Amino acid sequence: MANHDMNTTAPDTGLRIKTEVKAPTTPSPAAGSPPDIVCRSVNLSYGDNHTLHDITMDIDDRRVTAFIGPSGCGKSTLLRCFNRMNDLIDNVRIWGEIQVKGLDINAHTTDVIEVRRRVGMVFQKSNPFPKSIYENVIYGLRIAGINDKATLDEACERSLKGAALWDEVKDRLGESGLGLSGGQMQRLCIARAIAVEPEIVLMDEPCSALDPIATLKIEELMYQLKEKYTIVIVTHNLQQAARVSDKTAFFWLGRLVEFGPTAEMFTAPRDKLTEDYITGRFG
Amino acid sequence: MDLGKAFSRGDHLVWLTGSALGVSLLMILGLLAVILTNGLGIFWPSPIEQVTLEDGSVFAGEPMQRQAIPSPGQADHLQKFRLQLKVGNRDLYGFDFKWFDEAGVAKRERPRGLYLVERSEYGPLIGAPVRVLEGDKEVASGPAAAEALAGLVEKGERDRREVKALEKDEIGAVNYDIERIRLQRRRLDYREKQGGRSDFSVERGKLDEREKGLKTRYAQLEEKLAKRMEGAGSTRVVFRTVDGQEKELRALDMYRAYPANDLSWLGRARVYASRLWAFLADEPREANTEGGIFPAIFGTVMMVFLMTLAVVPLGVLAALYLREYAKQGPLVRTVRIAVNNLAGVPSIVFGVFGLGFFVYFVGGGIDRVFFPEALPTPTYGTGGILWASLTLALLTVPVVIVAAEEALAAVPRSMREASLAMGATKFQTILRVVLPAAAPGILTGLILAMARAAGEVAPLMLTGVVKLAPELPLDGFFPFFHLDRKFMHLGFHIYDVGFQSPNVEAAKPMVYTTTVFLLLIVVLMNTTAITVRNYLREKYKTGAF
Repeated sequence: MANHDMNTTAPDTGLRIKTEVKAPTTPSPAAGSPPDIVCRSVNLSYGDNHTLHDITMDIDDRRVTAFIGPSGCGKSTLLRCFNRMNDLIDNVRIWGEIQVKGLDINAHTTDVIEVRRRVGMVFQKSNPFPKSIYENVIYGLRIAGINDKATLDEACERSLKGAALWDEVKDRLGESGLGLSGGQMQRLCIARAIAVEPEIVLMDEPCSALDPIATLKIEELMYQLKEKYTIVIVTHNLQQAARVSDKTAFFWLGRLVEFGPTAEMFTAPRDKLTEDYITGRFG
Repeated sequence: MDLGKAFSRGDHLVWLTGSALGVSLLMILGLLAVILTNGLGIFWPSPIEQVTLEDGSVFAGEPMQRQAIPSPGQADHLQKFRLQLKVGNRDLYGFDFKWFDEAGVAKRERPRGLYLVERSEYGPLIGAPVRVLEGDKEVASGPAAAEALAGLVEKGERDRREVKALEKDEIGAVNYDIERIRLQRRRLDYREKQGGRSDFSVERGKLDEREKGLKTRYAQLEEKLAKRMEGAGSTRVVFRTVDGQEKELRALDMYRAYPANDLSWLGRARVYASRLWAFLADEPREANTEGGIFPAIFGTVMMVFLMTLAVVPLGVLAALYLREYAKQGPLVRTVRIAVNNLAGVPSIVFGVFGLGFFVYFVGGGIDRVFFPEALPTPTYGTGGILWASLTLALLTVPVVIVAAEEALAAVPRSMREASLAMGATKFQTILRVVLPAAAPGILTGLILAMARAAGEVAPLMLTGVVKLAPELPLDGFFPFFHLDRKFMHLGFHIYDVGFQSPNVEAAKPMVYTTTVFLLLIVVLMNTTAITVRNYLREKYKTGAF
């Protein structure tokens, strides 16, 4: 991955911070491939409330990128820009450019349905549908009009295996998805997201409602998933960011303060704010 | 005990709330108790009491009630009482009920061998069978006649059923075809008048020929019926009342006969069961004071069913628009308030609207366009089960809209987001996620709507209910559902029997019994809907952790 400079202004200090981002520490199987998500001066406002300021970043292909920062810093909002979930909220205005695999997702000609099929999402609170496990997993295929039993069965098994849930539920696919434990439900949501074979999986605090063991399982799952998918995860758990991500972005008051390889960021943050946040002095 | 402290602790509130609940429960239980005891006791065969008066006249009847004769200032132990008997034999006496001063009664007994006979006219007969006649011949007399009675009642029942089948099915079918030919001929007249083709002689010839065939068939059937009636009517039983009058009854006219004073407990239970069943399954007789309420039950259920078919799509679609598509603002708020207020509009207002809009405007329009040949006799331009159902659908649609809107609002946002994030359109999300999850709540609204519709009478009186509908709105003749037909309804039946009956005293028990069944049907329909709702709730339960 090419190095690039990022210029960010912290509003309170008025400091101009220059952050150099180095190549990831682990050798990438896709080294040299173009970034999956490209953000150029992305701004977002809810009515008069300007919540994202000039976010410019590249997110690598088949890597886990973690967004950290205090509550209300805009990390979830930015994540939801990547599959245009912010469309659902009234009075939202987005400007700047976001490209997913070269597709300008906010262009008028872009089909939002297509964007969401390519960019899957897992939510903070696991939200399986009140349907059977099987129907939950193949929901995306059903709405795409696929009704061939063999295809659906195959996709269901593949996705559940991909989400490390197959062995636990293979004998009760017909039971309600809401009868599973919290961790299983979240993995079911992951299975549902990857059933349509997206390119990117967005995870919005996927473990915040889970116990440590379930959290560990999801984290292990992310290691496997990044073989095939680009993962962007929003987390409040700094240890989790340190454990699972290849790169970390720190947001503060709607601005990207620092973005770099995780190991580097957690051991030698370049910015004072980042250091304060990571060491628990605020946030 | 310190009262001030108790007050601030809220002890009085516990008492107050508890008493309010207690009073409510007491009233409901009282209501049920009154209706059930009055309504279900009536079928239990009571013994027949024979009273001989001081002047030597004799009466027999079922004891109905015993009252103190009002005499102000009289000491309690000197109070005189009077006794009311249901003496029956209206054709002989001219009345059903008679009061007797106990002071004037010389003897009271319960003689064996007295029968109570339910028959097709004049209310019950009370007397002892003395002879059985077959044509002019006497085939049994005395005790033998009493023994033969049960078999004769059964035979009468069989004959009645056969005669009815002949009348309704065979002759009815021929009549139906003749009526259709009449209408076809009128249609030809109408088209001639409209100035289209002027020569329909070929069609007319065909119709004439078919009608001739039908008329021949009709005459044959009439003859067959007359013969059958003659055969069935030749079996008669002569009864003697306690005062010695004799009355001849055709077996065909006897519905039930039992020796009221000779019945064992089991025998009474059997009479009870058979009467209860007849009440449920038979048609009303004698201006609704006798017989059963089957057409009213059928009409009520079918009306509620048709109403459900109309109100669910209408209400759910309206709620979907209000909740999912409309931009929330002052206009939508106003609409919502208006819908809520609509639920409070008196039902008779809906009846008037249904009469003006559905019956006269829509029905009249349908008649002018589709059935001009039958005019001025209206086909749809008069009250009917369809218009009554639609009127009730309109009456209950606010309830469904409000409940459905609440149910839709209760579907978690996270679930919609999950669906949208999968690339589903809003339509797919509503269809596959929101509606199934909201189904139990929507059903709750429907339950309320059904309960209200089943009990509503006022709007129905304007839009299609009648005191006696000769035909059900569903039968074996094409097109099977006759939505233009008038129908009977339990609620209206209660009103009619209780307040419009020529014989209110005799009809009073029917009022209670009909009420029991109206309640029972409402409960039954609600239980069904609640079972479905609970099943759906179990299936679509949300928020498992």
